[in-house]
Amino acid sequence: MNKVLAREQLSADVVMMRVEAPLIARERRPGQFIILQLNNEFGERIPLTIADADPVEGSITLIFQTVGLTTHKLADKRVGEFIESVLGPLGQPTHIEKFGTVVCVGGGIGVAPLHPIAKGMKEAGNKLIVIMGARTKELLVLEDQMRNLADELIICTDDGSVGRKCLVTEPLKEVCGRRPKPDLAVAIGPPIMMKFCAEATRPFAVPTVVSLNTIMIDGTGMCGGCRVTVGGHTKFVCVDGPEFDGHQVDFDNMMKRLRAYKPHEDKAHHQCHLESEIELKEKKQL
Amino acid sequence: MSHSSPDILMDAARRDLDAVIKRDKPLTPKERLAIPCQEMPAQDPAVRRGNMQEVALGYSPEQARLESMRCLQCKNAPCVAGCPVGIDIPGFLKAAAEGDFQSAIEVIKRNSLLPAVCGRVCPQEVQCQEHCTVGKALKDVNRAVSIGRVERFVADLERERGAAQAPVIHPETGKKVAVIGSGPASITVAADVRREGHKVVIFEAFHKPGGVMVYGIPEFRLPKRIVQEEIDALTAMGVELHTNFVVGRTRRLKDLMEKDGFDAVFIGTGAGLPKFMGIEGENLVGVFSANEYLTRSNLMRAYDAARADTPIYRSRKVAVLGGGNVAMDAARTAVRLGAAEVYLVYRRTEVEMPARVEEIAHAKEEGVIFHYLENARRICGDDQGCVTSLECVRYELGEPDASGRRRPVEIKGSEFMMEVDTVIVAIGNDSNPLIPRTTDGLKITKWGNIIVDETGKTSLDRVFAGGDIVLGAATVILAMGEGRRAAASINAKLRE
Ligand SMILES: Cc1cc2nc3c(=O)[nH]c(=O)nc-3n(C[C@H](O)[C@H](O)[C@H](O)COP(=O)(O)OP(=O)(O)OC[C@H]3O[C@@H](n4cnc5c(N)ncnc54)[C@H](O)[C@@H]3O)c2cc1C
Ligand SMILES: Cc1cc2nc3c(=O)[nH]c(=O)nc-3n(C[C@H](O)[C@H](O)[C@H](O)COP(=O)(O)OP(=O)(O)OC[C@H]3O[C@@H](n4cnc5c(N)ncnc54)[C@H](O)[C@@H]3O)c2cc1C
Ligand code: SF4
Ligand code: SF4
Ligand code: FES
Repeated sequence: MNKVLAREQLSADVVMMRVEAPLIARERRPGQFIILQLNNEFGERIPLTIADADPVEGSITLIFQTVGLTTHKLADKRVGEFIESVLGPLGQPTHIEKFGTVVCVGGGIGVAPLHPIAKGMKEAGNKLIVIMGARTKELLVLEDQMRNLADELIICTDDGSVGRKCLVTEPLKEVCGRRPKPDLAVAIGPPIMMKFCAEATRPFAVPTVVSLNTIMIDGTGMCGGCRVTVGGHTKFVCVDGPEFDGHQVDFDNMMKRLRAYKPHEDKAHHQCHLESEIELKEKKQL
Repeated sequence: MSHSSPDILMDAARRDLDAVIKRDKPLTPKERLAIPCQEMPAQDPAVRRGNMQEVALGYSPEQARLESMRCLQCKNAPCVAGCPVGIDIPGFLKAAAEGDFQSAIEVIKRNSLLPAVCGRVCPQEVQCQEHCTVGKALKDVNRAVSIGRVERFVADLERERGAAQAPVIHPETGKKVAVIGSGPASITVAADVRREGHKVVIFEAFHKPGGVMVYGIPEFRLPKRIVQEEIDALTAMGVELHTNFVVGRTRRLKDLMEKDGFDAVFIGTGAGLPKFMGIEGENLVGVFSANEYLTRSNLMRAYDAARADTPIYRSRKVAVLGGGNVAMDAARTAVRLGAAEVYLVYRRTEVEMPARVEEIAHAKEEGVIFHYLENARRICGDDQGCVTSLECVRYELGEPDASGRRRPVEIKGSEFMMEVDTVIVAIGNDSNPLIPRTTDGLKITKWGNIIVDETGKTSLDRVFAGGDIVLGAATVILAMGEGRRAAASINAKLRE
């Protein structure tokens, strides 16, 4: 049982939560994630990155987007309520060292998992360029935190409501074209964004790390549900990753696998919205 | 094997037992051999295809007594040598034949901690029953005394009557033992070590304890409540249970010993790393490891679609690759989840199949279609990346290999396509590398199994291991036996 210590709505569909998890807070390193389950009998297990941790308070911070059934139910949790299971820290920590110049690219909610990595890179003495992208101004998260870290911050939105009106790949290409070129790129966001970021850096031969968000169950290498093809080999994201060489990942296959339960989930999600609507109406009537 | 209704089986047993009891002379061996083998009452295949409830319903008391009377009470008891934990089989069968079921279970419990589980899932035909004189005399191992079924009966009876005695626990020693994993090996260690008065803490990665018995073996073969009751018995003894704790990540093994003060550690983490075939198309949508498929259905309860949040792939035509218990479980689960056709593709023939005979028979009754001497070559998909068919190739049996089994040899040019939308790979498991990877100095084999000596001790001081992590994918009773041995060594070590 893990208590919700704080909850903040970062944007219309992004929530930040601080959750009690002293053992995880003690051991975790940037790049690692947890798997949580709201209800041990019938709940689903979903992976979320540890966006931050406070070993003194014994808490971890999660930042998540409400996309389906479980993330919606999680967003409904209030301070003082409990999450039944939290397992972690899982996955290989990010390889952090002094590379020189590191460009970190975050798309949408991907900025959340990117933040601890950017912080680690900065602390290791790297020059840090951060590129953040979102569909629109309201969906941009952790802007201040990133501004405080980055030596250079580039913001872009699809609609131009803030920063440049373009996709993150555009400034990424420009940065890669500079001399000297960056020593490493880290791109985290929707699979399609990571795919095009990897394509953008490839001609410049800038090593590119991506963090994959496949569907998972156990998170310990037991089921193989999280497997992806990397450089022609099968890898398990939960134990071999979540970070991989973006130039080697078969993104098309991964995106197809992410949609495996789409018909099922759309139904569950719809159901979940109906239920919350009913709940809302009932609350109004009271 | 054709299905007979439970009522008919039980009525027959009542009549047969009456006839035996009326006699005043003891049964001669010949008469014992003439007692009909007691068939296990089971749910009607047509009905059970649509539910997750247990297939085998268990003997009636009359059946249990009659089956026990079939035992010849052999002096040398060859059956005992076949049981990995050496249960006094003639001893408990004698008591059961007399209707003294309480004594029967007490005899079993001297050696086995999990009789209700082992009675259900032991591959008896290659263990205790393989050597049974009755089976030899009747020239059919399947007509040997059904030792496991009687074992299950007396264990269930004791449990249902709430007659199980809480074990006596020695005074607290102040010593502390960490048990990693909560499968049968770990459950055994926890009980045996706790009884000596040591504090025991189990660390389990999943949110529920029980290991393969809860995430792998389906409800229709081993009801979860039986495993849960074993766990409850442990916690009643004072064993502490930490779920959602993955050793190597939440805490390293060495930190448990050096910083958290554990005096000894037992590693019972099982063989949880699914093998894949390494063939083209294996990462298409609709290809699953049996572990994933079964975990979704069992542990996450996806079969109960109305209540569970975890989805499971809805399939029309399923191919299961493999021939062991895991393959049978996956195939029979697919049937229950509503697949119209389920094929089981196996490289050899039924004789070589490692699955329990009863599981193969049950799978057939439930309509699983067996394809022997065939193997998957390639999985094909559509433009959405979803499985559309499986390319197979036919085999014939060649010369025996090192294991004595005839080696399957590919027939050139025999490729053919099988139209399926789901492929479940059930060709076995390797060991999970997490603990060896995060524990310096822990020696493993090239297959990743932890190396132990004859006492169950690993290459590290005060660290013991047992079960599938040592043996490779094996059986519940072997895991339990390994647990017993390691627990004895731990107790001896802590006495020093
Ligand atoms: C290592 C890792 C770290 C992650 N970290 C974060 C994080 O920090 N914040 C965050 O918001 N999300 C993160 N995710 C994604 C998150 O796990 C999913 O959003 C979540 O599982 C969706 O659950 P749901 O029940 O709400 O939605 P579902 O009903 O399961 O799915 C809703 C929709 O989301 C898609 N979907 C399902 N699972 C995933 C997935 N794993 N990734 C992407 N799309 C998915 C489905 O196809 C469907 O269209 C991470 C994933 C991984 C593997
Ligand atoms: C589908 C299936 C069907 C089977 N059918 C039969 C059968 O009919 N008869 C039979 O005798 N045998 C059968 N077996 C085999 C039998 O289940 C195993 O041999 C037995 O369960 C092994 O026991 P164990 O204690 O070694 O480990 P397991 O039962 O594998 O349990 C290991 C536990 O350790 C946990 N764990 C792993 N790593 C960590 C970690 N780092 N930290 C904390 N916890 C960890 C796992 O989550 C798991 O719960 C079957 C196996 C499968 C998969
Ligand atoms: S534990 Fe298994 S092998 Fe031993 S007697 Fe019972 S059924 Fe047979
Ligand atoms: S071998 Fe068979 S008949 Fe002989 S004692 Fe064992 S169970 Fe009884
Ligand atoms: S989530 Fe099961 S193996 Fe990765």
